[in-house]
Amino acid sequence: MGRFPALAGVDLDVSDSQIVLLSGHNGAGKSTLLRLCAGLVPLASGSAVVLGNDLGKSRSAVRRRVGLLGHETFLYEDLTVRENLDFWSRAAGATKEDGLSALDRLGVASRLHDVNVRGLSAGQRRRVSFAAMICRRPELWLLDEPHAGLDAAGRDTVDSLVTEAAAHGATVLFVSHELDRADALADRHLVIDSGIIVDETRRADTSTTDSDSVPLGAIPDA
Amino acid sequence: MRDVLLVAAKDLRIERRSRIGTAQVLPFALLVLLLFAFALDPDRGLLEAATPGLFWVTVLFSAVLALQRNFGIEAEDGIIDALRLCGMAPSSIYFGKVLALVVQLFALEFVLVIAVAVFYNLEFNGIPLLVVISLAATLGIAATGSIYGALSARLRSRDTLLPLLMLPLLAPVLISATRGSEIALRGEVGTGWSWAALLGLFASTYLIVGAVLFSPLLEDA
Repeated sequence: MGRFPALAGVDLDVSDSQIVLLSGHNGAGKSTLLRLCAGLVPLASGSAVVLGNDLGKSRSAVRRRVGLLGHETFLYEDLTVRENLDFWSRAAGATKEDGLSALDRLGVASRLHDVNVRGLSAGQRRRVSFAAMICRRPELWLLDEPHAGLDAAGRDTVDSLVTEAAAHGATVLFVSHELDRADALADRHLVIDSGIIVDETRRADTSTTDSDSVPLGAIPDA
Repeated sequence: MRDVLLVAAKDLRIERRSRIGTAQVLPFALLVLLLFAFALDPDRGLLEAATPGLFWVTVLFSAVLALQRNFGIEAEDGIIDALRLCGMAPSSIYFGKVLALVVQLFALEFVLVIAVAVFYNLEFNGIPLLVVISLAATLGIAATGSIYGALSARLRSRDTLLPLLMLPLLAPVLISATRGSEIALRGEVGTGWSWAALLGLFASTYLIVGAVLFSPLLEDA
């Protein structure tokens, strides 16, 4: 991670079906932690186990089981919404129908399906990106500011999808700066500063046990 | 094979939609051929003798433009990360991109052959050998170019770096394709097949190298 590690000494266990909020200042290391969990960033030192896979040994096994919603759209601008969803769903082993169903869940109007992504607003692109992510049915959702750019209805849709995914066994890690909304959604709230978890709060009704704990990662000082 | 066709179809669809090939690469190639025709017109003998070389140099320069576009689209909006996450084998992505490029370059060469016939008033002999040479040379260019396209995809200097990396390595393709085409056009087909075989060997080697290297290249891109 270069001379100044984005993460240093993060020690984190996340259970199945948990919704975990990561917050902190810009540059605190939140997005890097998500990318690390997605297997996109190599470990400089320490160890990390995601969905039972050691990221130090093989990151490819993890990648196909996670869904990442980043700051970038992950969409081809010269393809239509339908063509993008068709490509990404089939690339991940899902079907065209899965892609269309995901668009429907995100509330992307059918009149937009044949519009080039280049012609969409930021909020519409965000919805399409989200649809491209969920059509793969990931087991671990990694969402970097999922509410950004969305209108009120879109934000409610994201919240309900996250809650539903967790209810069906998916684990959700998300970054947000809208703490009121995010806190209401999350089971746990971790505050990161300079690559270290400095504070943690848990929702009162959340109960986790060690037996169902799936270690996400433990990254000591680089 | 399904993923190879999926990637190739996606690339060709983007190309058809953006029209970079028809609106920019093809006019550029035709302009180069036309300028050579103007430059060498006083000496028709030299123009005729140089035609195979001029043709393949034009194809090479056009391939650089097509490759910059082909891998530029993967560098936008985090697409490379999405490709790494989607679970497709890197070799499938590589072969898909090579296939799409071969289709584009072959279509370009078809138009350029017509342009050569018109601008240079050339008669064509040994057409089966010319077709095989074109196919093998195009495959070699696409196989090599796709490796270096992936290597330079996320670099800010990729537009200038790609030709610097790629063109020296494609010198054997340029020489073999030019020699083979010269022989075919003279109607001495027999000896031309050895150049075609050399082109085939080069293309096969780079396809294998590309399939092996594309995974680490995608990681570093």
